[in-house]
Amino acid sequence: MTIIILLISISLTIALIFLGAFIWSIRSGQYDDTYGPSVRMLFEDRKKKK
Amino acid sequence: MQIVEEVLCYHCSQSCDDDIISIDEKCFCCHGCQLVFEILEENNLCDYYALDKKPGISLRHVSGESYSYLDEPTIQRKLLEINLKSLARVSFYVPAVHCISCIWLLENLQKLGKGVLRSEVNFSRKQVTIDFNPETISLSEIACLLASLGYAPQINLGDKREQQNTSTNQLIIKLTVAGFCFGNIMLLSFPEYLGLDENDQQLRSLFSYLNILLALPVLLFSAQQYFIAAFRSFRQKQINIDVPIAIGLATLFLRSLYDILAQSGPGYLDSFSGLVFFLLIGRWFQSKTYESLAFDRDYKSYFPLAVNKWNNEEWKPVVVFELDAGDRIRIRNKEIIPADSILDSSEVFVDYSFVTGESKPIRAKKGDLIYAGGRLVGEPAILIIDKKTSQSHLTRLWNNAAFQKREESSYQKIIDLAARRFTWVVLALAVVTAIYWYVVDESQLWLIITSVLMVACPCALALAAPFTYGNMLRVFGKHGFYLKNADVIERLATIDAVVFDKTGTITQGAEQVKFLGILDDEELGWVKLLTSSSAHPLSNLITKSIAVSSSSTVTGFKEFIGKGVEGIIHGKEIRIGSSSFAHFDEKLADLTSNVFVSIDEQVRGYFQISATLRKPIASLLKQLQTKLIALLSGDNESDHERMSSIFPSNAILQFNQSPQDKLDFISALQQKGNRVMMIGDGLNDSGALKQSDVGIAVTDDTGIFTPACDAILKGEQIGLLNQFIQLSKSATTILKISFSISFFYNVIALAFAVSGHLTPLTAAILMPISSISVVGFSSLAVNYVAQSLPSELPNSARL
Repeated sequence: MTIIILLISISLTIALIFLGAFIWSIRSGQYDDTYGPSVRMLFEDRKKKK
Repeated sequence: MQIVEEVLCYHCSQSCDDDIISIDEKCFCCHGCQLVFEILEENNLCDYYALDKKPGISLRHVSGESYSYLDEPTIQRKLLEINLKSLARVSFYVPAVHCISCIWLLENLQKLGKGVLRSEVNFSRKQVTIDFNPETISLSEIACLLASLGYAPQINLGDKREQQNTSTNQLIIKLTVAGFCFGNIMLLSFPEYLGLDENDQQLRSLFSYLNILLALPVLLFSAQQYFIAAFRSFRQKQINIDVPIAIGLATLFLRSLYDILAQSGPGYLDSFSGLVFFLLIGRWFQSKTYESLAFDRDYKSYFPLAVNKWNNEEWKPVVVFELDAGDRIRIRNKEIIPADSILDSSEVFVDYSFVTGESKPIRAKKGDLIYAGGRLVGEPAILIIDKKTSQSHLTRLWNNAAFQKREESSYQKIIDLAARRFTWVVLALAVVTAIYWYVVDESQLWLIITSVLMVACPCALALAAPFTYGNMLRVFGKHGFYLKNADVIERLATIDAVVFDKTGTITQGAEQVKFLGILDDEELGWVKLLTSSSAHPLSNLITKSIAVSSSSTVTGFKEFIGKGVEGIIHGKEIRIGSSSFAHFDEKLADLTSNVFVSIDEQVRGYFQISATLRKPIASLLKQLQTKLIALLSGDNESDHERMSSIFPSNAILQFNQSPQDKLDFISALQQKGNRVMMIGDGLNDSGALKQSDVGIAVTDDTGIFTPACDAILKGEQIGLLNQFIQLSKSATTILKISFSISFFYNVIALAFAVSGHLTPLTAAILMPISSISVVGFSSLAVNYVAQSLPSELPNSARL
């Protein structure tokens, strides 16, 4: 009995942390541009080559 | 005339039709493209061409706008997000952004402009955010740098984009919260459904109380808008779909609360939160918007932000809306005249195509009144303002009632109609059931009534429209037809009259120059030599159309204003110009667009200048034959013959139409009971577009102005218009079938409720099944009917 209550409270807490993280990621604008960053990471940095 | 093998420009990938410039075996269509290439090569940025196939933007149509007004402190205060001594940040809307190479080049801006610290592109909003040091580079220099690369920023002082974005974000957060609570409530409800022992009473109540706790944010945060909307429509005494939904949600929650507190059952909280979750998915699906396109524009977006005004012995840029009558302003080539004003220079050409649709520039003499919205062609001119911008001839159109009508008020949405009937049926049913159970078993009365109200919640009904229309919206978008919102589809389906604008809609922007007569290559070269020395717009068109060039010299070059040009080459006197100037005596039907050539007083033929028809127009008109078709052109009658040859015989063709005439024509049709679709492209159509039931703006290019409209259509896709209308009709049919499916489930659920057998488990099974089957059916059906369309446009070709 006690163990179930403990487990439920732990699982809910973890789930709430993820919910909070997701809401934060929306608010901080991470979904505003879904195309740009995906190609930006592929650009080579020429300065380092030289 | 010589036919040149098609050579594609290395920079912009367009065919080089006139002069070809080549360096290092690379060909360029114009000096602008060549210049961009040279800048990039110099700075080691040629990866630009390797990243995407068609990166470059043609610089042939760049207007050479001046950005010096950007350095005015009043404007800077509005534009700059950060404004410190050594750091400033600006966000420009750059409509030309379209591929990987664009992102790459724009984010390497610091290599091209000294003083640029960092730049970042937001691709979906086509926005470039630039951090720079105002001490080393000014804002106007940055704008010029962008423009010189082909990425001219479009500057608009009143920007509302930000707001729209936060509202979709808010919806997604609501959806997330509902989904989170729904999942957890379901998890905590399972033990109950699977069967808990009697001695687990403690666990049962723990789960139930946790469920209430989880359902609270769904009720208070996620479902908030339904209660607000229902309350609002109740006050307006207009029942829409939100009323039965709000009633259903409220009863679901209250009944569950009662069941749990009285320990008479586990409640229906899983169904409740699931319902909200599905409803919000529907909302989100429907809220698809084309962020980078602007559907609501008023006249202010057409005018330049600032012009040069004569102030204290020097030209200073001032904001257009601060201009007053009597001010002296200077307008350069291709700039738009911001207010009704009187010409102070000797002679200019003004292109009124924005205002009237008339495609040929009009000549104005000193002292003539020039209307706002005209575009200056040729030499810079000095003007004296006659009326303020807000009172000018053009802006008066915006005071028309069509611009003040409330959106979407004129037609009844199918969905609200269905919801209203549905609500009455349910209420009647609830009353009948109540009377029956009052007689049979009074103790069951409230439980049964609440069950009826709970299952009557038209969730599937509310989902049918967003998914059908939302899917259709996406299908259209993939084919270059962008609707402002999903409601437009419903109006599109009822269209029975189609009105076209001519210039830019039936015809394409590019002018077609055809020579009728006899001239050999050498003589053509001479003609080109003469026309290239003249600044007249018609001369420019002829110059461009001739491929051969001549190395001879001209003596005695004379330009007769309003008549033509004259010159002597190889001892031959060549005259190019109007019919009387070239001594052409025959009468031709359409004299206005012809330029005659005579050599040694002998007429050799004439250049016929006309705008090219869009290719699919003829077949489109054939497909639309069952509807009423009309053409309204601001142009003169010179094209009448050509238009009547492609339009069906019963079509109405009207020329010399002012913007007000067009608007009146549309409203006259509407008064006769027609549902009118207007297809236009310019500012001169904006009144008609607004007045019509569906206003479609046609555009060929990103970044070109589109007037306020309900939908934007890519020019090359205009042939599909009839299919788009047919598909909208299919969408309405699909919607009606979805409604029947949803009613079918509601009837089953009501049967359970009325007989008193609606357990939490039945509700938890029935509700998601009905929603999912409606969503599944509408999505599959839309994709099935959309197969009749040709293949989708590639991503890079979309707006």
